[in-house]
Amino acid sequence: MNYIIPLTEITPRDQPRVGGKGYALARLAQHGFQTPLTYCLTVNAYNDYVGTTGLRERIFMELNRKDFKEMRWEEIWDASLRIRNLFLTTPLPSPLQTELADFFRASLADKNLVVRSSAPEEDSARASFAGLHESFVNVRGEEDFVHHVILVWASLWSDAALLYRQELGLDIEKSAMAVVVQELVVGQCSGVAFSRNPNDETQAVIEAVYGLNQGLVDGVVEPDRWLITRGTRRLVHNPPPVRPSCFRPEGDAVALVEMPPELAAAPPLSQEQVWQIYDMALKAESAFGAPQDVEWTFDQGTCYTLQSRPITTVAADGQDQRPWYLSLRRSFENLKRLRRRLEEELLPAMTVQAEELQKQDLSSLADADLAAEIERRHEIKAHWVAVYWRDFIPFAHGMRLFGQLYNDALRPADPYEFMALLSGAPLASLDRNRRLAEMADHLRQDRDQAEKIRQGEINALSPAVQQLLNDFLSTYGDLSCPVTGGQCQQGPQAVLHLVQELAAHPPRLVAVAPASIPALTEAFLSRFAGAKRTEAAEILDLARASYRLRDDDNIYLGRIEAQELKARQEAHRRLAERGLEVPGDLPTEELSRALLDGTYQPRVPEKKTTASNQTQIRARQLIGQPAGPGLAQGPARVIASFSDLTHFKHGEVLVCDAVDPNMTFVVPLAAAVVERRGGMLIHGAIIAREYGLPCVTGVPEATSLIRSGDALTVDGYLGIVVIE
Amino acid sequence: MPSDTPTSPATLPPEISTLLDSQHLAVLATHRQGQPHVSLVAFAASADGREIIFATTRSSRKYANLQVDPRAALLVDSRGHQEADFHRGQALSARGPVRELSDPDKASRLNLFLTKHPHLTDFVHSPSCALMCLAVHRYDYVSRFQRVIEYRITP
Repeated sequence: MNYIIPLTEITPRDQPRVGGKGYALARLAQHGFQTPLTYCLTVNAYNDYVGTTGLRERIFMELNRKDFKEMRWEEIWDASLRIRNLFLTTPLPSPLQTELADFFRASLADKNLVVRSSAPEEDSARASFAGLHESFVNVRGEEDFVHHVILVWASLWSDAALLYRQELGLDIEKSAMAVVVQELVVGQCSGVAFSRNPNDETQAVIEAVYGLNQGLVDGVVEPDRWLITRGTRRLVHNPPPVRPSCFRPEGDAVALVEMPPELAAAPPLSQEQVWQIYDMALKAESAFGAPQDVEWTFDQGTCYTLQSRPITTVAADGQDQRPWYLSLRRSFENLKRLRRRLEEELLPAMTVQAEELQKQDLSSLADADLAAEIERRHEIKAHWVAVYWRDFIPFAHGMRLFGQLYNDALRPADPYEFMALLSGAPLASLDRNRRLAEMADHLRQDRDQAEKIRQGEINALSPAVQQLLNDFLSTYGDLSCPVTGGQCQQGPQAVLHLVQELAAHPPRLVAVAPASIPALTEAFLSRFAGAKRTEAAEILDLARASYRLRDDDNIYLGRIEAQELKARQEAHRRLAERGLEVPGDLPTEELSRALLDGTYQPRVPEKKTTASNQTQIRARQLIGQPAGPGLAQGPARVIASFSDLTHFKHGEVLVCDAVDPNMTFVVPLAAAVVERRGGMLIHGAIIAREYGLPCVTGVPEATSLIRSGDALTVDGYLGIVVIE
Repeated sequence: MPSDTPTSPATLPPEISTLLDSQHLAVLATHRQGQPHVSLVAFAASADGREIIFATTRSSRKYANLQVDPRAALLVDSRGHQEADFHRGQALSARGPVRELSDPDKASRLNLFLTKHPHLTDFVHSPSCALMCLAVHRYDYVSRFQRVIEYRITP
């Protein structure tokens, strides 16, 4: 048998085909450790699967769409999701299917299983992939077994694993995955043991939780922790403040359940058991000749070793990027907490902050106070930008979590079908567009009024349109300013210009009629029953919040940015009165100094000049990501500066660096959207989908090789842009 | 596309020079009264990419076709006849008129050609063999399966 090896038959020669985890388990068993019933599915199975189905080349074609180093984190997410869907929708070739089925019936039928990743690159001292690939606990039945083997294979291409492999310079074309299949030991308590504390090598650390290990591994259940001084065997116990819950097998998955009160009061391990685990960790260290990170579980008094891997040496310079890559994946529990933080703390605090700044009368400040205020506002903005990156960006993972659940349950041909269930949310930029459309409707019905406005007679506005315009300006600003909510005092011309252009053409409707969403939602939820249905509904709700915030967070942040800008504009006004004209992007310190010192000549940052030889080559066809399906043609309108937006004409293709929520008001005029910045779930892609426009994102040369006026064909199915 | 956007030889990207250097054979397309005809030819490209040199006997069909209409296209690619060609392969097509070389232009091109294909010495020195030069007006470079960039070269 080529594909499956029982643990007891693994020899050193097999290491490259059973992977790091599988080989370590075989060595544990040979050294007399108690291990669960275990088999290894070799990399031959993976290679035959991806080789005979053509999947291997499809993966490389996906990853080769652009230089990996140029891919943003989100684009890697997207590529990874698409690859995962390829795995989900590609059945096993029949000889492999037959062999796995025969093996399952002969050796695993009626057992609850753990299906673990075991990549050959994994668990070497240089490259610890701990936690980067997936493992599944409590898998039952033949179909589910095969499904989870495929999911483990797919996790070779997870976003975090791809990034980490790139960081280490490993050749992805040689990557393969073995799988460890174990009988699930339903322990009463479980945990990990580090034979040496990665932070203090005089110590060993043991962590334990009731039930299964899952909560400990992803940080949802806080463990009891014991620190042991290795030489003196001095033991210190740090219990968690409370032990409210633990993970148990439930149905065909694991679930977080409430702890029985009699258990919650006591630590999961007796002192004697702590020593037993400590001795096991030391024995593992001596068997492998290096400090080990051992996963274990206690069942009916027997301690099982589930896996052992070397502790990655903590780099002296603290350059281990793995924690960051791991943070890319967020559990449902983690995201729920994050959502509460965003909705209940951060967004209200941002609103309060913006309002506090708005109330201040800048014109009454002395020059010195204004200078101090500009710096204060600059710091406030920097603070919120940092919060944005730390807390808001990761929350986008709510959409991913739902997308994965949806794809697992429905296995759709289009890996982004799930987006339809998220659309129709009351996005701030759609509200803004709705108000513009309403004004355009008025002008469409009253040609006479429209004509007068075209000739510049603003007074010809009917009271109804005047009212809509005033409301619009007070809520969203006048569109002349690159920052949402910023009152740039430019007047209503830009808005009126846009409304006229909208009125000259039939209205564009938002694509997915909200009426279809309940049916789609039910089609999704009907795949689940009982508690799982409740959880599926909660994940969908979380994803909708994530989708909405993806848009709105920019607007909240924009309001704070506008207040910094307002203070800077006051400074510019005062400097202009003294006869000093300075550019708008002058650094804050220079601006303050000029304000304080009447004789100071600020250093003006040099403008970057674009290389002229870029015009000497011509793109015929550029590749990005297919971010919104459809095919459209039209002349390009390349947005180099904000003022280009005001020239935007109906039927043009919006080509830009990144669609910012503050430019989405032209999207209803556009034939298609092309962005340099990549991602399926970025703002431009979301808005394009709302309007049913073809959209291609992640085109590296979008703004350098496409020029305004070029005739474009945007293929949103294949993610390519053709320049005629 | 305005046709007045020339590229200087220096702007030909290194991946194109590398491709031209690494490949020995190219597919040459000519036609006779509209009937396309393709042939495999050994080629050598000048360092600036402006000239592609190949050899043919004067009795060949491609030679006859080029006498009537010198316009030709030539495909150079990095196929390895493996599945991985789809993500790794590059293809470069060159367009331009072909002329037969004679002295004094011929010597340096002959040297270029034989440096790359020393085993063809007897062939190119045969009195029946012509050394040909395609003056490249334009390259279309395809990589990453469907990324297509054009490079125009002014004569």
